[in-house]
Amino acid sequence: MLQVSNLNVYYGESHILRDLDLGVPMGQMVCLIGRNGVGKTTLLKTIMGLIKPRTGTINFANQPITDLSPDKRAKLGIGYVPQGREIIPRLTVKENLLLGLEARRSRTNSQEIPEEIFALFPVLQSMLSRMGGDLSGGQQQQLAIARALMGRPQLLVLDEPTEGIQPSIILEIEAAVRRIIESTGISVLLVEQHLHFVRQADWYYAMQKGGIVASGATSELSQDVIQRFLAV
Amino acid sequence: MITGLFEALFNGISIGAVLLIAALGLAIVFGLMGVINLAHGELMMLGAYTTFVVQNGFKILGGPLFEFYILFALVFAFLVTAAVGFILERGVIRYLYGRPLETLLATWGVSLILQQFVRSVNWVLVIGIALFCLLFFGAMWILSRRPDFQRIRNWVVAVMLPLSLGIAGATGAFLGQSFQLAVTQPWFGAQNLDVTAPSWLRGGLPIGSFQLPYARLFIIGLTIVCVVGIYVFLQLTPWGLRIRAVTQNRSMSACLGIPTEKVDALTFALGSGLAGVAGCAISLLGSVGPNTGQNYIVDTFMVVVVGGVGKLVGTIVAAMAIGTANYLIGSGTLALLLTPVKPLADIFTFFATTSMAKVLVFALIIAFLQVRPGGIFPQKGRTVDA
Ligand SMILES: Nc1ncnc2c1ncn2[C@@H]1O[C@H](COP(=O)(O)OP(=O)(O)OP(=O)(O)O)[C@@H](O)[C@H]1O
Ligand SMILES: [Mg+2]
Repeated sequence: MLQVSNLNVYYGESHILRDLDLGVPMGQMVCLIGRNGVGKTTLLKTIMGLIKPRTGTINFANQPITDLSPDKRAKLGIGYVPQGREIIPRLTVKENLLLGLEARRSRTNSQEIPEEIFALFPVLQSMLSRMGGDLSGGQQQQLAIARALMGRPQLLVLDEPTEGIQPSIILEIEAAVRRIIESTGISVLLVEQHLHFVRQADWYYAMQKGGIVASGATSELSQDVIQRFLAV
Repeated sequence: MITGLFEALFNGISIGAVLLIAALGLAIVFGLMGVINLAHGELMMLGAYTTFVVQNGFKILGGPLFEFYILFALVFAFLVTAAVGFILERGVIRYLYGRPLETLLATWGVSLILQQFVRSVNWVLVIGIALFCLLFFGAMWILSRRPDFQRIRNWVVAVMLPLSLGIAGATGAFLGQSFQLAVTQPWFGAQNLDVTAPSWLRGGLPIGSFQLPYARLFIIGLTIVCVVGIYVFLQLTPWGLRIRAVTQNRSMSACLGIPTEKVDALTFALGSGLAGVAGCAISLLGSVGPNTGQNYIVDTFMVVVVGGVGKLVGTIVAAMAIGTANYLIGSGTLALLLTPVKPLADIFTFFATTSMAKVLVFALIIAFLQVRPGGIFPQKGRTVDA
C-alpha cells in the first residue's frame, strides 16, 4: 500500500531522517514508535507532502507520489490526523467534517454527515454547530479522526492520537480505530506512545535518531524494545 | 447648517461605500494569502476604464439600451479586473508567497506598468501583446504534450521567447508604418475621461431643501449588494468554505484535499473583481484618469488596517468612518460647524482641502492604532498568529 524508500529529510541543514525505509501492507495496521524528537512527525509530514525530501521515494498504491502536492495525495486516499489535531478553529464542527469530503474522488454534493461517523463518535452529534476551536482536546481528536474518515481514505495516518487525553477517551479512540479497520479494511499507520494501543497493531517499526532501528510483529514485542523506545 | 451636515454625511458615506467595496477585495486577499497588493488601486482604475469603454460601446448601439449600460459595465468591470488579477496571481504573485517585501515591490511595479499601459495603449500594442502570447504560450502548450518536455523546457523558453518577441515587435512596427496614426494613436491618452451617467442616475431624490444624488444612492445600494453577496458566498458556498479553511490553516487544508492553488487564484480574482466594481462606482463620482487608483489606494489600505484583518464588520465600520471623516474635514463642513469655537474652527479650516484632510485623517488613524493595534475588531484566539 505505502512504501517509503531511502528517505532523507532535512530542516535547513539539520539532517532529520536518514536513509529511512518503511512499508505499510494493504489492510494492516503498522505502528511507529520512538522517543520524543526522533523524527516521527517529520516522517508523517513527508508522507503527506508537507515537507519535501532531499532524496528518496514514496509510493502509494503502486504509484510514485514523491512529487505530488498534499491535496493530490489526500485525493489519492491518504487521510491524515496530525499531531495537535489541527482543527480549523473558526469553522463549526459540521464545516470541519464537511471539509473531509474534499478528499473524495467522486464529487458528493450532499451536505449530510453519514450516520457511521456518529456511530463511531457519538459526542460529535450534539456539537455540530459549535466552533471547532471551542471543543476540548479529546473532542477535537475525535473530530480530527472523523474528518479524515469523511474522505473514505485507503490509508489512515494517525500521529499520536492519544497525546494529552484522559484514559477513558483513549479507550474510546482505540475502540473506534479498531472498528474502522474491521468495518472498512483500510490500512493504518500509527504513531503512538501507549503500549496498550501499540499492541493493537500488526507490525511495529522502532525509530531512533531519524532511522529505523528495529521492526517486527507486535506479538513479539519484547520488554527490551518497549523499554528502549516507548516513553512508559 | 444641519442640512449641510446631513448632506456632507451622506456624501461621506457614499465615498466610504466605494472604499468598502475596494477594501473588501483587499482584505479577503490579505487574510487568505498575507499578500499586500499595491496594484489594487490600478485594478480599480482598470474597472473605471472598462466602464468608459462599455459606455462608448453602448453609445454606438444607441437607443434605450444606453440607459442600462451601467449594469453591463459593472459585470464587465468585474470580469476584466478579475481576469487581470488572475493573470497577476498566476504569473507573478504565486512565486512570491511568504516573501512580503518582494511581493510589495512586485505589485508596486505592476501598478506602474498598468498606469503606463492605459496611457499608451493603442492597436499596435494590443496586437503585439496578443501575437506574443499566442506564439509563446501556444508553443509552450503544444510542446508540453511531448513526453520529454521537462527536459527541453529551458531550451524551448530560450528559443521561443526572443522569437515570439521579435515577431510581435516586427509586426507592431510594420503595422505602425503602414497604417500610421490609425493604429498608433493611444486609445485613452494621459488626460482624464468623463463617464456620463445614464439619465436615471442624474438628478436626485429631493428631501426637504436639498437632494440626495441618485448616483450616490446607487453606489450605496451597490455596496450593500456586494457586502451581502460576499458574505453569502463565503458562508454558504463550498468555495467560500474552502477559502475560509485555507485562510485559517493552509497546510492542514491542503492535507484534507483542498486544492490550495486554485483557492488562491480564485480568491485573488474575486478580490480584483471587487476592485473593478469599485472602479465602476468611482467613475460615477467624477472623472477618471491613469492616477485615479493612487487617490484611493491609501484610504483603502487604511480601511483594512483600521478595521482589523479578517473581520467584515470592522471593514464596514472603518470604511464608513474614514470616508465620512475625509469628506467632513475636506469639504470644510466641520470647520463651518465649529465656527462658534474659534480656535477649533481655525484648525479645521486649515485642513479643509482634500489633500490636507487626508493628512489629518492619517494622523488620527496613527493615533488610533497606538491605542488599538489590532484594529476596531481584532481577531481573538488562535488565528491571530496564522
Ligand atoms: N520546523 C522545524 N524546524 C527545524 N527543526 C524542526 C522543525 N520541526 C521539528 N524539528 C526538529 O526535528 C526533529 C524531529 O522532530 P519531530 O517533530 O519529527 O519529532 P517526533 O518524533 O514527532 O517527536 P514527538 O514524539 O515529540 O512528537 C526534532 O529534533 C525537532 O527539533
Ligand atoms: Mg511528533
